[in-house]
Amino acid sequence: MRIELQKRAGGSSVFAVLSPFVALLLTVLAGGIMFALLGKNPVFALYTYFVEPLADPWSREQILVKATPLVLIAIGLAVCFRSGNWNIGAEGQYLIGGMFGAAIPVLFNEWQSPLVLPLMLLMGMAGGALYAFIPAILKARFGTNEILTSLMLVYVAQQFVDWLVRGPWRDPKGFGFPGSKQFNESAVLPSLSSGSDVHLGALFAVVAAIAIWFVLTRTLKGFEIAVLGQSPRAGRFAGFSAKRLTIFVFLLSGALAGLAGISEVSGSVEKLDDKLSLGYGFAAIIVAFLGRLNPLGILAAGLVLALTYIGGEAAQISLGVSDRAARVFQGLLLFFVLACDTLIHYRIRLVSRLPKAGAA
Amino acid sequence: MDVWISIFISICAASTPLLLAATGELVVERSGVLNLGVEGMMIIGAVAGFSAAQATGNPYAGAVVAVFAGAVFSLLFAFLTLTLVANQVATGLALTILGLGLSGMIGEHFVGQPGIRMEALVLGLDAIFYISIALIGAVSWFLFRTRAGLMLRSVGDSHTSAHALGLNVIRIRYLAVMFGGACAGLGGAHLSLVYVPQWVEGMTAGRGWIALALVVFASWRPARLLVGAYLFGAVTIAQFHAQAVGVAIPPQFLTSLPYLATIIVLVLIARNRRLTMINTPAALGQPFVPDR
Repeated sequence: MRIELQKRAGGSSVFAVLSPFVALLLTVLAGGIMFALLGKNPVFALYTYFVEPLADPWSREQILVKATPLVLIAIGLAVCFRSGNWNIGAEGQYLIGGMFGAAIPVLFNEWQSPLVLPLMLLMGMAGGALYAFIPAILKARFGTNEILTSLMLVYVAQQFVDWLVRGPWRDPKGFGFPGSKQFNESAVLPSLSSGSDVHLGALFAVVAAIAIWFVLTRTLKGFEIAVLGQSPRAGRFAGFSAKRLTIFVFLLSGALAGLAGISEVSGSVEKLDDKLSLGYGFAAIIVAFLGRLNPLGILAAGLVLALTYIGGEAAQISLGVSDRAARVFQGLLLFFVLACDTLIHYRIRLVSRLPKAGAA
Repeated sequence: MDVWISIFISICAASTPLLLAATGELVVERSGVLNLGVEGMMIIGAVAGFSAAQATGNPYAGAVVAVFAGAVFSLLFAFLTLTLVANQVATGLALTILGLGLSGMIGEHFVGQPGIRMEALVLGLDAIFYISIALIGAVSWFLFRTRAGLMLRSVGDSHTSAHALGLNVIRIRYLAVMFGGACAGLGGAHLSLVYVPQWVEGMTAGRGWIALALVVFASWRPARLLVGAYLFGAVTIAQFHAQAVGVAIPPQFLTSLPYLATIIVLVLIARNRRLTMINTPAALGQPFVPDR
């Protein structure tokens, strides 16, 4: 038996909608097998992992909190990926954004004013965009591979933030623990409703998703991104500059990652510490693909990925399964998403080993 | 004098995992496939090698298992990108994410356990080091002096022409990807059996990505990998020594050096367009569906 692919004319619109769901189903099945191999009851484990968090109001809130940075980052990545630019360094841009924004409450700890928060958000976006500008300009000017440079910068950003929170920015009254002083009230991103953990960042994510969806589907910029992404040659004939687009999409996705970073710092942690880098920048790559690079799809995909984090915590507590299971799920999910995308463009056929002579 | 010898040995130890992973990836890319999952395959090799060595008490058994684990793990990538023609960049990332997660889960019980060290063979250097050096020669010879090597390169330069000539493009690429996985696996095993030797989660620390950069740096020429890998080994060891001596630079900045060096090297190489253009496999990263 051999697998053969047959190109579909124009692609299947049915599978374009269905493929993420098929991928999710396959991931859950694979997860069940994994739990069975670990000696757990797969049905109970999957229930604990994927259903129980949805039933609990506190967990539901936490899903929204976790989905916020994932969605913000993934929207920017989707724009990059659509245009054929591989920004893999969102984790670094997220960290630098968080750090830039945190600079205001850390350096001017006493300053209380309604100006503080907007300034922090702007600084966060600027920091992320600046950090993303490095691989972008290197690609546009020298043709340097942006995958490798943006990724290397993640390690550099992690080290730099680590140095800050252990060195110059460490709270002298923090008993030697790494981390800055707690922010004052005017530097904290407000909750959406009082007493809730869900902060304003969630609203930013929704607004960003709608705005970018509009840009991608209804504007000339969106058309430019699609043309240059699918055929750089055709894009050149249309008068689009691939280099300028590279800079544009990196700045945009860097700014969104930076906004995610400062929202997380200011809305959830309320100080800069050494636990900011949780791999959201990488998980967001999965979110982008699961959402089929569509900002509105990404809103849903972000919730799914957030559920794998929260479910992972639940499974660790009640099943004793390692919290690393979450990352295995995420990796599997991306595999299945990519495999199922094949169904959109190709008909898959199983054929016997030796095709008959003369067969088409 | 002894100090210099020990520094030389430590540079060799730091360079070997990079060299192995890069050698494997070079062959993969020469066949026209871009596998960004090197980091994932390395860490799977590291955890597989460590656990097999623990189970058998024999580090050599660990290395052999790591080679197989890397090759088998790379099959996931091969199936998706070659059989299902999925996007190579995204699939490579998936392989890295899955490898890091899976190794963390498998290795959870090994954290903090003393490892089994592969002892030095001759001149203070271990067997994997010698294999890595021999492999460079073997791969050079294979790629540029054998018929099979020519076939592999032709597939990497133009899969349609190679297919028209009757070569089995997909099979050749499958074998190349598995070779890359095996090499990355062995490189990972060197980390967990010789260099550290322990299991630490995420212990590859970006080495798989640096190996990818080395292939570009070497402009797809095996002998030049040797220069690149040892340059990076030297940078790594230099920053360790600087930390040990207590240079007045924060250790985080020194740790960043190999990553910054990678970026600088990539820029310098990319500026030399002619060098890269000649050697870059023309079909690198492009999907191929055989027509029938």
